[in-house]
Amino acid sequence: MTELKPYELLEAPAPRIRGPLRGLYAGNTRSVVARGLQVIAKNNWIVVMTGFFEPVFYLLSMGLGLGALIGSVSFYGADVPYAAYIAPALMAVSAMNGAVYDSTMNVFFKMNFANLYQQMLSTSLGPLDVALGEILLALFRGLLYASGFMVVTTLLGLNLSWTAILAIPAALVIAFAFASFGMAVTSYMKTFQHLDYVYFVMMPMFLLSATFFPIEVYPQGVQWVIQAMPLWHGVDMIRQLTTGLIQPSIGIHLLYFGVMIVLGLWFTTARLKSLFLR
Amino acid sequence: MGLRKQYGDFTAVDGIDFAIEPGEAFGFLGPNGAGKSTTMRMIAATSTRSDGRLSVLGFDPESHGPEIRAQLGIVPQADQLDEELRVIDNLIVYGRYFGLPLPYVKRRAEELLEFAQLVEKRKARVDGLSGGMKRRLTIARGLINSPKAMLLDEPTTGLDPQARHVLWDRLFRLKEEGTTLVLTTHYMDEAEQLCDRLVVVDKGRIVAEGSPSALIRQYSTREVLEVRFGSSRNEEAARAIEGIGDRIEVLPDRVLVYDDDGEAAMSAVHERGLQPITSLVRRSSLEDVFLRLTGRSLVE
Amino acid sequence: MSALEPGSAAPTRSGWVSGDVDHAAVAGSARAWGWWYVAEHRIRAMRSYVASWALIGIGSPFLYLMGLGLGLGLLVDANQGSEGVDGVPYLTFLAPALAMATVMQTASQENTYGVFGGFKWFPMFFAMNGTPISAWQIVVGFQVSVLARVVLPLAAFAGVIAVFGIGDGVRALLLLPIGLLLSVAVGFAVMSWVATQTEDRGQLSFIERFVVVPLTLFSGTYFPLETLPLYLQWIGWISPLWHAAELGRVALYGAELAPGMVLVHVLFLVALAAVTCALSIRTFRRRLDR
Repeated sequence: MTELKPYELLEAPAPRIRGPLRGLYAGNTRSVVARGLQVIAKNNWIVVMTGFFEPVFYLLSMGLGLGALIGSVSFYGADVPYAAYIAPALMAVSAMNGAVYDSTMNVFFKMNFANLYQQMLSTSLGPLDVALGEILLALFRGLLYASGFMVVTTLLGLNLSWTAILAIPAALVIAFAFASFGMAVTSYMKTFQHLDYVYFVMMPMFLLSATFFPIEVYPQGVQWVIQAMPLWHGVDMIRQLTTGLIQPSIGIHLLYFGVMIVLGLWFTTARLKSLFLR
Repeated sequence: MGLRKQYGDFTAVDGIDFAIEPGEAFGFLGPNGAGKSTTMRMIAATSTRSDGRLSVLGFDPESHGPEIRAQLGIVPQADQLDEELRVIDNLIVYGRYFGLPLPYVKRRAEELLEFAQLVEKRKARVDGLSGGMKRRLTIARGLINSPKAMLLDEPTTGLDPQARHVLWDRLFRLKEEGTTLVLTTHYMDEAEQLCDRLVVVDKGRIVAEGSPSALIRQYSTREVLEVRFGSSRNEEAARAIEGIGDRIEVLPDRVLVYDDDGEAAMSAVHERGLQPITSLVRRSSLEDVFLRLTGRSLVE
Repeated sequence: MSALEPGSAAPTRSGWVSGDVDHAAVAGSARAWGWWYVAEHRIRAMRSYVASWALIGIGSPFLYLMGLGLGLGLLVDANQGSEGVDGVPYLTFLAPALAMATVMQTASQENTYGVFGGFKWFPMFFAMNGTPISAWQIVVGFQVSVLARVVLPLAAFAGVIAVFGIGDGVRALLLLPIGLLLSVAVGFAVMSWVATQTEDRGQLSFIERFVVVPLTLFSGTYFPLETLPLYLQWIGWISPLWHAAELGRVALYGAELAPGMVLVHVLFLVALAAVTCALSIRTFRRRLDR
């Protein structure tokens, strides 16, 4: 065995963060991201890649099959072919699903079975480093899915305007918002059954948020409830971009997600701190 | 000083005082649930105290958690290795969490693999390692940031005797090189082997403090006679041998007779016409100290 | 040890060590009823989840039918005119298929994580195997317990169909036996594959992603299978969901099928269940015998 020679050893640098984030953030998020990318690269890149297919299946099935029964749908006064109507919605749903899956199922597993966060927080990392790192990883995945889906919809001729390219950053904004909140919510979960409740919130959002048909089919009261939900903002935002029918309301959508991101980050950091550094 | 930790109504650590000197091997000995792990987590700045004062490496864990953790090596009770990464990557990634430069961490990881005798497992998956290997890897991981002190929570619990000895050997080397070791254990042999000084903890309080040999001298006799009469007859037999030795303890499965001369005590038992099913004379251990102090057995 | 020798009374036997158990009788009843003990075990374990399942089981038919179905129905019926789809309103066309899709998804999930977990995460199957219960009884008993899980959403679908007048309430009850048959077919099929998997490197999620979801989407659930181009229709033909959905439509509103097709659909499901049941037993037997 080699002798451990003290003179050539480095000590871990003390975190240089001051102010209100002291103790919460060590400015070392990249080490958390690097770990995640390494795991994807070496272990589960196939699993990650395959997540891209689900929205494509939906698009082919609903676009081809239901499209034949429905024809076209009116969106901000223009008639949009059914497949072009649902494609942006599926992109928003996929951004939401990817982010929620990463920040609930995966985080739940890392918290309760792999003890990954205990490991990370027994080093000089702070909870905000961990939260940001996990969220950035979810965004990386979201970027892959959104770009892949964009290629498919472009090939199928479902993007009606050049502004469709902006749908990719828009999808990232949606993913960021859901991921930052999802992690905080997951921290309250104790058993796998609690995860079921997440899907009980996601499922109605998926089915009702103007994904497959305009919400005008509902009474006014129901419409308001749906419009309070984040997915509706995501669907409407991306649909405006891919159809080119951009409305002033896109500013409201962005504001909605901006607030969600800030609140989510704050919430997640507070939860990680109280869970692991108590 | 006066360190306390409360979870709701439950007081895990109830006002304990201790000071650990640099370079020494300091132990917390006590049964499961005595508050040892909680104390360790407070030292490691991953658990905030409810009351009292605590200074670790000159910092207050409350306000300087990251600074403290940067200088500590932590070996938790459950290994908590990263099962999604290979052996070598566990070390490298962990080093990066401390913000150490990548080329340095890579070289250091190779050295530590040698130290942990895991070179041939370099590329192995973590879930395929034996319990002893996992623990050695965890210790190697805890050394990646060249810590000023190692915190080891139950380092050999659950390992087979051979793996324990390999591990003890590694810990001895660390001690020889001047690393401060702080460990918890409920094994008296481990405490005797590794600790320069220890505190006996029970129900969140410190009940005794000193070196292993001093504690044994103070709270027990040199030798112990263990006799078994069968589970229903131990009580009765204990009454019959009253007066032999310094002290008698009746456990559910055996009777312990404390006497500096165990063989003499044995003859005395035979003289009273009693025929134990089995009998054994051994040297006193920390187990006896614990029994004396708390009236309970350490491993229950 | 005398306690292990049959017939000889152990001198120091105390009640809580071996009790007054007639071991021959235990072995006999396990031989006959072991599958039920397995099911009972799992159903007992399920009780702690009943609240969330009830919420999802009752909530999802309501959401799918009154949310998705109603909304899509407005668009479809507006475009298709008075004859609707398959001669009935879209919602009536959709309801039996959605019920079956839910059955397929539930049965598949239970069999994926229940079977894998039973070997790996909480190795119940090995514990059961240490009792007089045999491999085939574990396989069958497990599937029976899945039926207990599936019956809740099925009944909820039938209830929503009846209450909201989507179809005839009495005929909606016929969806139950069809759904149970589908559950057994899908359940054994998933089980026969999952039981061969010894480590989860993410491939378990492939069942949902590459089997359950595509089958749901391309099995004529949301639209008649004939609407799809021919090169996609074959997916429906091999899909247990399509066979069950067609049966469900016959049951609910008397959909007209080609002669003999009802028999074909039933036989397909029965055959799938039988073959994969046999495969599952074989795999279980091998895996438990180590």
